[in-house]
Amino acid sequence: MKKHLPWLIPAVFAVWFLTTLVPAREDKFAFGQFGRLPLLSGGRPQPLDSFARNTLVQIRERHDAYDPVEKRTMSAPEWLAEVMFKPEAARDRRVFRVVSQELKQVLKLPESNVDHGENGKYYSWNQIATEANFATLQEQIGRAVKKEESQRDAYDQAVLKLGNALELFNTLQVSARSQSATNFTAEVTAFYKSLPANEGALIAVKTRYAGKNPDEAKDDPLVREAAKFYDKIGSRGEKLPLLLPPENGHDWSRLPDRMMDLTGGEPLPKAIQAWARIGDAYETGNSIEFNAAVAEYSRYCADTIPAETKKAGREVFFNRFAPFYNAMIIYVAAFLCAVGFWFNFAEWLRVAAFRLVGLAFVIHMTGLIFRMVLQGRPPVTNLYSSAIFIGWGAVVLGMILERFWRNAIGLTVGSLLGFVTLIIAHNLALDGDTMIMMRAVLDTNFWLATHVVIVTLGYASTFVAGFLAIVYIVRGFFTRGLDGNTAKSLARMVYGIVCFATLFSFVGTVLGGIWADQSWGRFWGWDPKENGALIIVLWNALVLHARWGGLVRERGVMTLAIAGNIVTSWSWFGVNMLGIGLHSYGFMSGAFPVLATFVGSQLLLIVLGCLPPRYWQSFKNLPATPTKPSGPSAPVKGGGKPRPAVA
Amino acid sequence: MKRLLAPLTSIRLTVTLLALGIAVIFFGTLAQTEDGLYVAQARFFRSWFSVFSPHDPAWKWIKIPLPGGYLLGTSLLVNLIAAHISRFKFAWKKSGIVMTHLGIILLLVGQLATDMFARESRMSFAEGEWRNYSEDFQKTELVFLSDTTDAAMNNVVAIPDSELRPGAEIRLEPLPFSVRVKEWMENSEPSFRAPMMQKTNAPQASSGIAQNFDFQPATETRTMDSKNIPTALIELVGTDGKSLGTWAVSDWAGEPAMAASAAFSWSKQFGADLAQRIHGLLTKPQTVTAGGRTFTFQLRPMRYYQPFTVKLLKTTHEVYAGTVSAAEPDGIPKNFQSRVLVDHPTVGRREVDIYMNNPLRFGGLTFFQYQMGREQAAASRGTSTLQVVKNPSWLTPYVGCGMVALGLLVQFGIHLEAFVRKKRPA
Repeated sequence: MKKHLPWLIPAVFAVWFLTTLVPAREDKFAFGQFGRLPLLSGGRPQPLDSFARNTLVQIRERHDAYDPVEKRTMSAPEWLAEVMFKPEAARDRRVFRVVSQELKQVLKLPESNVDHGENGKYYSWNQIATEANFATLQEQIGRAVKKEESQRDAYDQAVLKLGNALELFNTLQVSARSQSATNFTAEVTAFYKSLPANEGALIAVKTRYAGKNPDEAKDDPLVREAAKFYDKIGSRGEKLPLLLPPENGHDWSRLPDRMMDLTGGEPLPKAIQAWARIGDAYETGNSIEFNAAVAEYSRYCADTIPAETKKAGREVFFNRFAPFYNAMIIYVAAFLCAVGFWFNFAEWLRVAAFRLVGLAFVIHMTGLIFRMVLQGRPPVTNLYSSAIFIGWGAVVLGMILERFWRNAIGLTVGSLLGFVTLIIAHNLALDGDTMIMMRAVLDTNFWLATHVVIVTLGYASTFVAGFLAIVYIVRGFFTRGLDGNTAKSLARMVYGIVCFATLFSFVGTVLGGIWADQSWGRFWGWDPKENGALIIVLWNALVLHARWGGLVRERGVMTLAIAGNIVTSWSWFGVNMLGIGLHSYGFMSGAFPVLATFVGSQLLLIVLGCLPPRYWQSFKNLPATPTKPSGPSAPVKGGGKPRPAVA
Repeated sequence: MKRLLAPLTSIRLTVTLLALGIAVIFFGTLAQTEDGLYVAQARFFRSWFSVFSPHDPAWKWIKIPLPGGYLLGTSLLVNLIAAHISRFKFAWKKSGIVMTHLGIILLLVGQLATDMFARESRMSFAEGEWRNYSEDFQKTELVFLSDTTDAAMNNVVAIPDSELRPGAEIRLEPLPFSVRVKEWMENSEPSFRAPMMQKTNAPQASSGIAQNFDFQPATETRTMDSKNIPTALIELVGTDGKSLGTWAVSDWAGEPAMAASAAFSWSKQFGADLAQRIHGLLTKPQTVTAGGRTFTFQLRPMRYYQPFTVKLLKTTHEVYAGTVSAAEPDGIPKNFQSRVLVDHPTVGRREVDIYMNNPLRFGGLTFFQYQMGREQAAASRGTSTLQVVKNPSWLTPYVGCGMVALGLLVQFGIHLEAFVRKKRPA
């Protein structure tokens, strides 16, 4: 049996992964096809599926919704269809995640909303947006908005998050049809037929109120007439997704806007008719008509905007593929096998671990490349993708180390870092679209591909060195497993990786300076993120010089390398929490406790590392002669004997 | 001698300096949250010594003395050079280390040079306007313009704000009077002495805009992107020692953008029409007559004149469609672009586009797209601000970075090669 396990375990995971790629069967409404329809939001054409997921993530912190009646999850497109076409039902669905106790009390929400097997964190629009609550919320949001970002506490954040979620929801309800519509197709046709008569009124409204807040104008009878289609859109107009693809010289447009732009002379746009037909079919529960309408509109999109439609289809596949989530799970399995190897030194565990890491890595990297192709960008464009790339780099380094030493240490560290960084990415993705457009100053593939990639590899390698050092201290302090050879091999690994980290963090940081010089003529501006990167460079240089100067020996280097974890996590996340500077994208005070815990744990390990060898399980029986110091001219020679090669 | 120098060359010193460097950068970054980038930078990085102390009353007792950036940079330079002179003998095996260290020396020296010689200023204009000067973002100057052509004075006499200290008496040759500085406000706030507000206090000065406005000192700004708007109260004294009167001179009046922003806030208080009139009062030229000539004077941002002109032809500001959200109320900017015409008497004319990551390097200066807007009076007319940087040592980081990168590659390459040769993966 043991002979087959190294193949069997990875094979089981591979098969499991492949099954996740098979789309779920749909017996009534073709929401899968519906999700592939292209629209434009966040500056990029994307499938409705992505748009719906990103919206749900912001509202519910999940990619799906839940139907308590049928006791099943609803896909994101299905939920979006309900929001757009059956607003009444959508307002009763519990999708708003509220966890702040204080906010629940203020809004008089039930403590827990558990029923129908749903967990109690979600509340419906009707529960939250009661008349009494509405005023309260307005007031609370106004108060929180006035505060500076760094001054907002957890409650303020919760208020703003809920406010944003409610607004998003509200916006979506008017994005595809007017809320009061019952037979939208008929309404659209009637409106279109009345155009020659209506046109004058609409133009008058538009010129009179151009650039003004529609709320101010709502008492005007003309506006009331026009508002049939703006129906409660108010100032949110700009936030609607652009559902209508380009046609007849019009660019991507919002449905209500396009309705207002119509003139009697032009034919009623196909896309408007299509959305009306899809909506009416959904509302009346006619799945056959819905599927036919969606299919027809898909064909229309494929004809008019073939590139975008194809890309939307690929992105839907990518969403289902969920490479990073799946890779994360396989990294855990690999980690367990690798650690198991230390306990009983059974080679098959190490081999299984190696193949699992390989499998996860392939999925991880496929996802990475898929994203790059979809976005047309280098791998790192924001905090989310930096996490994915750091994990990728760490796994590469771990596998290289494993090729040389074959003692499962590279695998342990690689799989652990792969898992941790993907978990971080998973949580960062809760902010919404992860493929957001690059703002003007960042819109340069050259610098994203050089500075950002290299500095991120610097982060990755510093973390690898730090985690190798954790292996050293945990194994040495708590177990008897750290024999002389393993200790020496770890020392060499850490040294090598720190060299690598120095090179990458230095070059990456200076390239960032050069980019800054190119962008605003200031090579070095002491921006927090720049400073964080510089600290990593200095720290790595310090480790190298301390070792070359003989100031620290094996354990000393390990302790310093662990401090490198603190330094890097500070630069990666800590500075963003200061809420200042050019790089303070993705301000996240929510992550502060996590970072603090991580730093605390690293400090604890440093303390352990500083304890004399007699307290160490692995060293207490050894004679007290530490390894010789080594200068730059005499790097540590020897190292662990290679384990026998894979049979 | 060698014994004396030994501590300077020690690697222990290197490690200590690196550790202190990390500490300074860390605390200097923390201080930015409270002091703002500009102040923190001056206190921690452009200084010889510094002390970190949180502003929060509960933690105020913490005081951490630290070396400043200058001290650390210089010490590192000395340590590095001394170590190379005394210890290192050239060997191919160490060529990488030598190159790396030379690159670092170049970077340190380059930054020092930048610190001493680089100058940042800005050029703001609306479409169709041209400039042959850029303006300092922080510094101001008091200028006197003569109504008659006067070769000696070149029409303009400028006194930099560094000389406008309270009590100073400044006598400049071509002017038939001297300037006595009565008060200097580094940052100030104007208030309109509206008749209906029944101001009872006497005007701050005998003539000019002080009849209609009071200027109060305001807290100095700390951030990089906001600026102090200074005001001075001055007295002009004729050659015979007799006072010609007292005036308030303010950047609020001398800088059109500031006057416009003041007018904007008054429009909320008094309505647009009255605000327009108040704006007119604020920007009304102040004059003095002496020696039979009339001089106009104002406090305005310090100007750096160039031997060429730049005309703003067209501004482009694009936002990605569908990116307006709570986090991005104006949408995500896609492009800021200024099309300018550069006109140099000898080099000639050319049209250039300046946009993000694509600056214009011309005449020893670099022009970067900095801000973009619309004129308040005519929203159809775009305005643009270019950051103008003069930095003679701008190339050093490029060369230094290349050297260090190559040096590290060579050195670690040598290590790696030796390692791999001994330990081939089976």
